[in-house]
Amino acid sequence: MKHLWLTAKLDIVESLRARWFMIYTLVFGGIVALLFAFGLTESRVLGFIGLSRLLVTYIQLTMAILPIFVLITTVRSVAGDREAGVFEYLLSLPVSLSAWFWGKIIGRYLVVFLPVFAAMAAAAGWAMIKEVEVPWEMFLYYTGLLAAMSWCFLGFGMLISTLARSIDVAQGAAFLVWLTMLLFLDLILLGIMIQGHVSPEAVVAVALVNPLQVFRTAALMLFDPQLVVIGPAAFVIFDYFGGPLFKVYALIYPVVLGTLAATGGFLLFRRGDLP
Amino acid sequence: MIHFNHVSKTFKRNRVLDDIELNIGLGERIALVGSNGAGKTTLIRCLLGEYTYDGAVTVNGLAPRRERTKVLQKIGFVPQLPPPLKMPVGQLVGFSASLCNSERKRMEDVALRLGLDLSKIARLPFVKLSGGMKQKLLISIAMGRDTNILVMDEPAANLDPDARHIFFELLAERLQNTTMLISSHRLDEVAPLVNRVLELDRGKVVLDDRVADDASLSGKLVCRLTLRRPEEAIAKALSGWGFRDAGNGIEWEGLIAGPDRLRFLGMLSRYVGLLTRISMDETGPGREH
Repeated sequence: MKHLWLTAKLDIVESLRARWFMIYTLVFGGIVALLFAFGLTESRVLGFIGLSRLLVTYIQLTMAILPIFVLITTVRSVAGDREAGVFEYLLSLPVSLSAWFWGKIIGRYLVVFLPVFAAMAAAAGWAMIKEVEVPWEMFLYYTGLLAAMSWCFLGFGMLISTLARSIDVAQGAAFLVWLTMLLFLDLILLGIMIQGHVSPEAVVAVALVNPLQVFRTAALMLFDPQLVVIGPAAFVIFDYFGGPLFKVYALIYPVVLGTLAATGGFLLFRRGDLP
Repeated sequence: MIHFNHVSKTFKRNRVLDDIELNIGLGERIALVGSNGAGKTTLIRCLLGEYTYDGAVTVNGLAPRRERTKVLQKIGFVPQLPPPLKMPVGQLVGFSASLCNSERKRMEDVALRLGLDLSKIARLPFVKLSGGMKQKLLISIAMGRDTNILVMDEPAANLDPDARHIFFELLAERLQNTTMLISSHRLDEVAPLVNRVLELDRGKVVLDDRVADDASLSGKLVCRLTLRRPEEAIAKALSGWGFRDAGNGIEWEGLIAGPDRLRFLGMLSRYVGLLTRISMDETGPGREH
């Protein structure tokens, strides 16, 4: 256990000094700052109370940026470390492979999740200071969604890093994974339905399997579960499952998926050549 | 102590190690030589449990791959190319000491002997250090703990003459209870340090030779040189070796670490036309000259 935390701490320190982390933090901090600059003003004009619109916009943007950011930075730094000889040296020290791999994931998870959460928490804090109502239920659920989403894509990132032996291949594979998920979002599913090539059940099943679609449906469902807002596949899912059940599914499924991907990555890592 | 039992390693279709059969005992100091691609690094990585392979590798009866923490607890490793770690030096030392169940003070003491004061660079990122400083730090981490196997890849390549001498002294202190595997693509770099030479070529051991190890690791040689005339280039080279000008740039005097004699003579060979006299007298370790 000691080795696991030592490795996690090491990865955190390495990440905090990396350029990608600076950009990552600036992007999410910047989004909140921009949304504040425009969002709250808009709320006052239109008579909305609270942070709901800002949070929904934030999570929508986060959904678009975070997965690709987490995938690319994870595979770049892990595959890059392997190529540059960091693994050769650090794995010559007496650390167990499980402590190394899971320690790295835990460290990376904190680094990936905390800036995104901090930006949202800062928005809530600022709203409280300005005496704007904070929708706490939504805030807590979105925190859970962000935590699940970060874990899910980190798991994919670690699996890809283990499979790909070079930065270029790892980066290409990460981009392909993200693009595939993006292609199966609601708008494209709608197109497929219209063409009638695939049965509606299959489309709904794909929507339930695609973690990006699951996040999108869950995030919008809490705000406004109308057909025009959440899209047809999401609307069918919402109609079939009901809100509360899908909310739980949207938290558990990505965590399970991320854990399976990370475990697969670990098993391959343990079996293969390390550096 | 270390046993390679018919070890082979193949990358795709390229056989990098080919049926290596090798026994290495306690106290042996081995030069692992061979050209680039001969299989030296792969052999080392198999020993460190970093690669999978056909055959078996055991260290004191334990497989490095299956029981890596027990095996690696006893192996100190210095790589040829320092890893580009961004973490501060202090944290790297703390991390290593903690994993190796050692005290960071021991590593700091070794670094200090090599001329590296870790308290002054503790906050600097490792990657920002000079090549020599990185090498000293990695040697300190490998030697500032209880190990009985040292695996080093060109360990003294970036060290200045003073640090090289201290490094040889550190090795000399461990002669009886440590096995050393020193990799280099040039035998003359490591020959004075070892008592056995293993040469690899295309994944096979093509030479396994015991060599006389009369040269003391910690001994020094008093060296005096007379030149035909003063010359800036050789003066600069000699100053780099810590020599002092004993007379108008013609007479030079300095101390050479015993294992460095071949390397020193190699440097002098570039200026052989300028030399009119050279003498090298052995002094014992710790003796005042």
